[in-house]
Amino acid sequence: MEEILEILSEIHPDVDFENEEGLADRRIIDSLDIVTIVSEIADRLDVVIPAEEIIPENFNSVKALSELVRRLDEE
Amino acid sequence: MKQKNVLEYLEKTVRRLPDKTAYADEETVLSFSQVYGQSRAVGSTLLEKGFYNEPVVVFMPKSPKTIAAFFGCVYGGCYYVPIDPEMPRSRIELIFKNLDPRAIICDSRLIDELATYEHNAELMLYDELIKNEINEKALADVRDRQIDTDPIYIVFTSGSTGVPKGVVACHRSVIDYIEQLSEVLGFSEQTVFANQSPLYFDACLKELYPTIKFGATAYLTPQNLFMFPVKLVEYLNEHKVNTICWVVSALTMISAFNTFKTIKPQYLHTIAFGSEVFAIKQFNRWREALPDATFTNLYGPTETTGMCCYYRVDREFEQGDVIPIGRPFQNREVILLTDEGKRAEQGEVGEICIRGTALTLGYYCNPQKTAEVFVQNPLNSRYPELIYRTGDLGRLNEYGELVFVSRKDFQIKHMGHRIELGEIEVNVNTLPGISMCCCLFDRQKDHIWLYYVGEISESELTGELKEKLPRYMLPNRIKKLDALPFTANGKIDRVSLQKRLEEK
Repeated sequence: MEEILEILSEIHPDVDFENEEGLADRRIIDSLDIVTIVSEIADRLDVVIPAEEIIPENFNSVKALSELVRRLDEE
Repeated sequence: MKQKNVLEYLEKTVRRLPDKTAYADEETVLSFSQVYGQSRAVGSTLLEKGFYNEPVVVFMPKSPKTIAAFFGCVYGGCYYVPIDPEMPRSRIELIFKNLDPRAIICDSRLIDELATYEHNAELMLYDELIKNEINEKALADVRDRQIDTDPIYIVFTSGSTGVPKGVVACHRSVIDYIEQLSEVLGFSEQTVFANQSPLYFDACLKELYPTIKFGATAYLTPQNLFMFPVKLVEYLNEHKVNTICWVVSALTMISAFNTFKTIKPQYLHTIAFGSEVFAIKQFNRWREALPDATFTNLYGPTETTGMCCYYRVDREFEQGDVIPIGRPFQNREVILLTDEGKRAEQGEVGEICIRGTALTLGYYCNPQKTAEVFVQNPLNSRYPELIYRTGDLGRLNEYGELVFVSRKDFQIKHMGHRIELGEIEVNVNTLPGISMCCCLFDRQKDHIWLYYVGEISESELTGELKEKLPRYMLPNRIKKLDALPFTANGKIDRVSLQKRLEEK
């Protein structure tokens, strides 16, 4: 969770990620950000997010994204 | 008789296919007869109100109705200027200042938004305009007066001084472009487009005009889908999309996540891309997924009406290869000019200069900038002949194909957009608390870097810039420094900063 918060904050230092629950729906992040997030998570956490998991529900909040990464890591 | 007006496309098609879908998004579906009816109502009203041969701002979000509004302006003998409220505020303000328009067509949901801008224009609501009577006589009279070098639209590009430049394009250039492009990409009545480009860039000409020329159909892809690769491919399949003309980053968004292992586009047979370098690894994933599709690289500056050159991929490419931009469409010539104003030798690098009907009319209310780049052909001293100097450097490869080398100045290509780094700097420097800044581009990572010295924090600066710059111009990395390095003659040392970021 900490690491993911850090990745997001590096991309948008001005966004309050801890309390935001509509990152994708409200277009706070865009397609370029998604590419960056997925590649940073692969680099730093060694977790590969497959295409079918790149859906709005998994990217709307830090919590959702952390849960996705945890789930993929356990698999 | 030869075609002189782009609307002739629509008029021929509406007779043949009145009920077929022309343009559609999630909210609105417009058939050719609806586009025809609505745009002629808009045109009739503009004429009755006395607007003629002048810019009409179309202040609407991306929608099929917006396209009908564009054609409405042309029916009224005016030229459309698309402004989407998603454009940054300061840019919109500058555009209003440059145009000083007398007429604005607005979406009813955007009245409040528009009210926050300063202008002297008469405001007309699209949904009201289309209820007005069609004045056949007035429309016919205007058509009789119009000539093929009258403007159709103005779209704004990035300017190095921070002021966007309005490129004015006419019927003749657009018709010429659409004819050549359609032949190269093989568009037909069966073509189903998924549009990606915003309507305020000339990239959308590729879908807008072939649709009315052939009676094809264009879906305006919801922008959100470009974040979610599987959903995007599902969308293409759901609408049986067979043709896409997208920026490279939209295509790599799909291939980079191995989306093709989950889902493949089922109907897609024509893929055109451009505006930036296609990483060969990603490109080959596309070819592997769709071995029977044609892939065409396109290149062209807004100033010469849409695209100018094409290369249809006809051989294998390996890591490290560059996909060429190929050859010019028919009826335009590319001249590679050396610094001495001579034609470059075989293999020698020169500035890409373009001559032909494709040349737009120049920049709106900006004779100075126009004269800098629309210049007399230095190879012709016998009669007036304009060429457009792109500022791009190119050379011919061993196959005789044109290859893009780099920009001449600080202009870069990023996310499919042409950006002047100087424009970002100008905007940063106007912020309070900034003493100096320098903007650089990391070509390898496709990142814009901003170094600055000042009293505000990196996050404050990011927030401020979001108000000023379009998303694609925002620096990807912002770094506050205690001081910037200087060269011996007192200029910011770009070279050492560039080294610094490349060593990271």
